[in-house]
Amino acid sequence: MKAFSNLLSDLILTSSRNRKISLLAHYFSSTPDPDRGYALAVLTGSLNFKNIKASFFKELIKEKKDKYLFDLSYDYVGDLAETVSLLWDQKKDGNMPCISSLFKSLTTTKKEELKRNVIDILDISTADQRWAFIKLFTGNLRIGVSSRLVKQALANYGNVDLEEIEKIWHGLHLPYINLFSWLEKKGSKPQISIYDIFHPMMLAHPLVKEKDLTKANPKDFIAEYKWDGIRVQIVSHSKGCRLYSRTGDEISKSFPEIIEIINGDFVLDGELLAGIDNEPRTFNDLQQRLNKKSPTEKFIETNPCFIKVYDVLFFNGIDLRDKPLIERKKVLNSYFSTNRSPLFLSETIKFKDWEFLDKARDISNNQLHEGVMIKSILSLYIAGRPRGKWFKWKRNPKSVDAIIMYAQRGHGKRSSFYSDYTFGVFNRKKELVPIGKAYSGFTDEELNRLDKFVRAKTINRFGPVREVEKTLVVEIAFDDMSFSKRHKSGIALRFPRFKRIRWDKPTDEVETLEQVRKSFLE
Amino acid sequence: MISIDNKLYIRDIDTYIDPFFPVERAIITHGHADHARAGHKHVLCTLETSEIMKIRYGENCANNFQTIQYGHSVKIGKIKVTLYPAAHILGSAQVLLETPKHRIVVTGDYKTTLDRHLDPFEVVPCDLFITEATFGLPIFKFNKPEIEIERLLDNISKNRENTFLIGAYSLGKAQRIIWLIREAGFSDDIFVHGSMDKLCDFYQSKGIKLGTLRKATLENKNDFKGKIVVAPPSALKDRWSRRFENITRCYASGWMQVKQRAKQSQIEIPLVISDHSDWNDLTNTIKQTGAEKVWITHGREDALKYWCEKNGIQAEPLSLQHRDETSEL
Repeated sequence: MKAFSNLLSDLILTSSRNRKISLLAHYFSSTPDPDRGYALAVLTGSLNFKNIKASFFKELIKEKKDKYLFDLSYDYVGDLAETVSLLWDQKKDGNMPCISSLFKSLTTTKKEELKRNVIDILDISTADQRWAFIKLFTGNLRIGVSSRLVKQALANYGNVDLEEIEKIWHGLHLPYINLFSWLEKKGSKPQISIYDIFHPMMLAHPLVKEKDLTKANPKDFIAEYKWDGIRVQIVSHSKGCRLYSRTGDEISKSFPEIIEIINGDFVLDGELLAGIDNEPRTFNDLQQRLNKKSPTEKFIETNPCFIKVYDVLFFNGIDLRDKPLIERKKVLNSYFSTNRSPLFLSETIKFKDWEFLDKARDISNNQLHEGVMIKSILSLYIAGRPRGKWFKWKRNPKSVDAIIMYAQRGHGKRSSFYSDYTFGVFNRKKELVPIGKAYSGFTDEELNRLDKFVRAKTINRFGPVREVEKTLVVEIAFDDMSFSKRHKSGIALRFPRFKRIRWDKPTDEVETLEQVRKSFLE
Repeated sequence: MISIDNKLYIRDIDTYIDPFFPVERAIITHGHADHARAGHKHVLCTLETSEIMKIRYGENCANNFQTIQYGHSVKIGKIKVTLYPAAHILGSAQVLLETPKHRIVVTGDYKTTLDRHLDPFEVVPCDLFITEATFGLPIFKFNKPEIEIERLLDNISKNRENTFLIGAYSLGKAQRIIWLIREAGFSDDIFVHGSMDKLCDFYQSKGIKLGTLRKATLENKNDFKGKIVVAPPSALKDRWSRRFENITRCYASGWMQVKQRAKQSQIEIPLVISDHSDWNDLTNTIKQTGAEKVWITHGREDALKYWCEKNGIQAEPLSLQHRDETSEL
């Protein structure tokens, strides 16, 4: 555990990517099985510890320390593990058990005992060790290390290609003995059936017109709509079918009616949408369905779903990922020459030049798509976000002026800064009502200035929330607006973010709630 | 009763403590810029503080200085003023204002832990205790500084190719860090930023041994490898730092207690060393003074106010505006 806590402390304070990779590789080489496997799971966010969650530590510290002082401290530090580790007092010296035995013992102990055990461990450890210990169980490390970086370190350590690791990753399990043995050339590469796992998806970069399109020839690309549903992977073979979300979580149980019908031997990539017969409904409709983990038959009937398929990874046992997109599309076209409902082929958009697409992405079509996707016809299916292959070109965002009402401190790299803002507009009764919350879209410099504004203009405090003078107007960009019963304002914004800060604009020039509703919803 | 207001103005004797604007009469607790300003007519402070002010603002930064030693008093009108060590930087003092029936202590900035290069802090019993609260949250619990220095030196011995750039405020912190490094037995030359060499000379002239110091100028460019360079925090990311190769950035400050803060400022070796009191020191000191009332000049006043009230002590935040939240001086 000591080595792991040192590793985390070093990683969080290291900015160089290469240095991080070498710290990780050194840890893997000097730590025995199964400890390094547990560490790997933690670092890649693949460990889910059910018995202990963040709230467990919150409760624990509130029993030991004053609740109000904890709240102030947590607000200041912006990281639960760090707050608890700093507030806790070390009682005695002792040796922390290794990670794997910690996990084993804490997974098997009963609830009442669990608390006692955790307290004992916190009592004998240093602040850094407590911090690492709490991070272990609560996930969300916030140390500036992505799971891809950890896999890169593994690849360097074993002198293999990162892609090789990515391809088998989802078939590997705690404590990764076979992985390490392969990387250390002591064993063979883990054999994993393509039907047993989720295959990491290929992702697109946001398109920057001036940069990405000037040299690109439209003939080398195909375009599709960027459907406004959720990305899914369909893994099907003779024994059944599974559905995975973008992050590799299995969601089959939520869509039994789809799983039942699909049959064939393939892995497909597509968009799950609400609707029937290839007629998509809005994301809001899909949301109803996503909220239900195991829907009843009646609910399914009133909230049907289907999938628009745009790519294929495997077909009849053949790996197509290293074939160009144009070849993969041929396979899809022939498969979809007959009706495969609830699967449908995602249609391509015929276009001659980029201007045409620029217009097409903005045609609102009842908000059923979010813009267009542009994909190189020669692109292989590469896990992750390779450069220059796939682009997403979103609709131009809409925007609305609003007034800053409340602010809260951010977490992680923004801890201490007031970076979370609630904004609102006036209703008929001249009351300011909140219409959303935004955390992004400003530069570091602007954040500094906003932070100063909040500190200087606070008129009220509700725990960590500061109410500020209602004087600052911001232009908020958002993707979509919908009716909402949950909010007092009656509207909800999708992905609101700062577009501009209008330091100069008077608040009485901001459009009212009624005007806003009228222009976006009617 | 002595009448003092929330700007630390003592009406009875027309005197301010640490005023931010030029006044007739000022008592200055210590030489940091958020406490000592130029342009006052009469200044009462320790000899060291007056010397520091002259180094920083020039010989004529006040019309006249009256200096007294720790433990000594002067009578101004009906009020007796005594200065006591605050152990914050060289010359730093707490101010006791006293009449036969009323005692007020204004701490300025202070730390209560023993720091052998300074006179030790003294608890001064009083009725009204006017304290700072820079680190007034229970998460602030500072280790012995020797442990932090040991970690630094260990790192230096393992990375001989790098230049260790330590951010430390030019007055007080820089000299304390260098002194601690010397105490730990490190005898190599240490380089300092141009803004602090006069102050280092001043500390040396007072018998605080800082060893051989060299200026971190471009002419010395080839000598920086494996060496320690001490510079004000603002220089850490400034163009000035481009003269060094393979920089390992270190920062000596109580703020470094929070890892996320260190990460934000891209500090690789945080040195949790502060010249202020941590939470336990603040709360213990308040208890020991026996004060019935506490005023909090600046810092995280919410938590300390809450603690005072829970312990039956009246508390009032003054929120002196010019003392910025995150600059630890």
